[in-house]
Amino acid sequence: MEADLELDCRGLRCPLPVIRLANAIGDVPEGGTVAVTSDDPAARPDIQAWCRMRGHGYVGEEPAADGVPRFVVRRTAAG
Amino acid sequence: MTNPTGGYLDAVSGEPLHPAAREAFLAALDRGYADPLRLHGAAREARLLLDRARETVAGELGVLPPEVTFTASGTAAVHQGLLGLLSGRRRVSTRLVHSAVEHSSVLDAGTWWTRHSGGTADGVGVDRLGRVDVDALDEALDTPTGVVAVQAANPEVGTLQPLDEVAERCARHDVPLFSDVAAAAGRTAVPQGWAVAAASAHKWGGPAGVGVLLVRSGARWRAPFPTDDRVDPRTAGFENVPAVLAAAAALEAVAAERDEVAARQRRLVDRIRASVAAIEDVEVVGDPDRRLPHVVTFSCLYVDGETLVTGLDRHGFAVASGSACTASALEPSHVLAAMGALTHGNVRVSLTRDTTDDEVDRFLALLPRVVAEVRERLR
Repeated sequence: MEADLELDCRGLRCPLPVIRLANAIGDVPEGGTVAVTSDDPAARPDIQAWCRMRGHGYVGEEPAADGVPRFVVRRTAAG
Repeated sequence: MTNPTGGYLDAVSGEPLHPAAREAFLAALDRGYADPLRLHGAAREARLLLDRARETVAGELGVLPPEVTFTASGTAAVHQGLLGLLSGRRRVSTRLVHSAVEHSSVLDAGTWWTRHSGGTADGVGVDRLGRVDVDALDEALDTPTGVVAVQAANPEVGTLQPLDEVAERCARHDVPLFSDVAAAAGRTAVPQGWAVAAASAHKWGGPAGVGVLLVRSGARWRAPFPTDDRVDPRTAGFENVPAVLAAAAALEAVAAERDEVAARQRRLVDRIRASVAAIEDVEVVGDPDRRLPHVVTFSCLYVDGETLVTGLDRHGFAVASGSACTASALEPSHVLAAMGALTHGNVRVSLTRDTTDDEVDRFLALLPRVVAEVRERLR
């Protein structure tokens, strides 16, 4: 999955990956995507919950080259 | 128990000892020390107290006295109850089906079972409110199953499970139901329909170290661990008569005052839910209606649970959190994750029987400030 912006959040504990994502989402245009690579076990549920709470689209997850989970989010007009 | 500045708002982790339990405990320390099995006056006295406690607990929880076993903890009651039911059904199937939001004691027993029996343990999902998906459960039971485990109420978010419906589906598939009723016992009428259930006295204001295992007569339950030839054939070890009597006294007392206490707690929790939901980026989780009267859980975006809990503690408020890095867990709460709720910045407020309006007012005045402070620091 390609993304317009990559956030490397390896080693950051919750809620820092979600805070990085929230700070960066405005840097992509509506319809653009942000990828968060995070080895924090809370990132999976929390990025999806953030998308739901903020009205952004959760695109999905696939591992980065080193196997660390990478989560892709799409910015929407509502969000 | 009232605190002039802060407040103890963690009753689900441990309700303060009920005054009735303290009184019964102190009296029983002097009267219930002897071995209830022996043939002398002191033994008969201990046996009388033990039998009385069993009758009281049976009456309050809607079972017969011989269906009640006292264990060394609620966790021990869950382990013995669930594993015993699985053992009784192993010729039919070694498969356990449980809701995804069961207490860790149920999940740990399931893991132990798969390792020792070669069986499996399969989770069934829940909706956004934490209620088990009954249709998915029904579908799971199309595959042969030994036991279904579904709690009466969820201790983390307070949601009541549709246990009547669950029991009906289990009966349709002829699979016995184990229910962890620990969060509900003493707080609401305990639902029926299960073959085996487990509860814990310190959650209703009894002393710690008393679990209650309920095995309905006719249930195919086999002791999973060694037993002895003492009072109760389902368990082993010297009975803790004073603690058991205190547990029974507390249960009787909370049942007598339940309507009044629950109505007050419900009103206070409604206020907390409304006030907390008004804070920016805070989400209340759990069922707003079909819930325990004394529990409310919420998650604050961009806040870490540990800093939030310690920040509230600095002001004298005791709360729990399902976030990672709090308590002893590095993993976030499996309950919040299964519900699709935010796992960070999580707080569980649970009221004791004597939590006051004043404590709640002060907590609600303090919370937005502490949340703002943590957000400022992390931004």
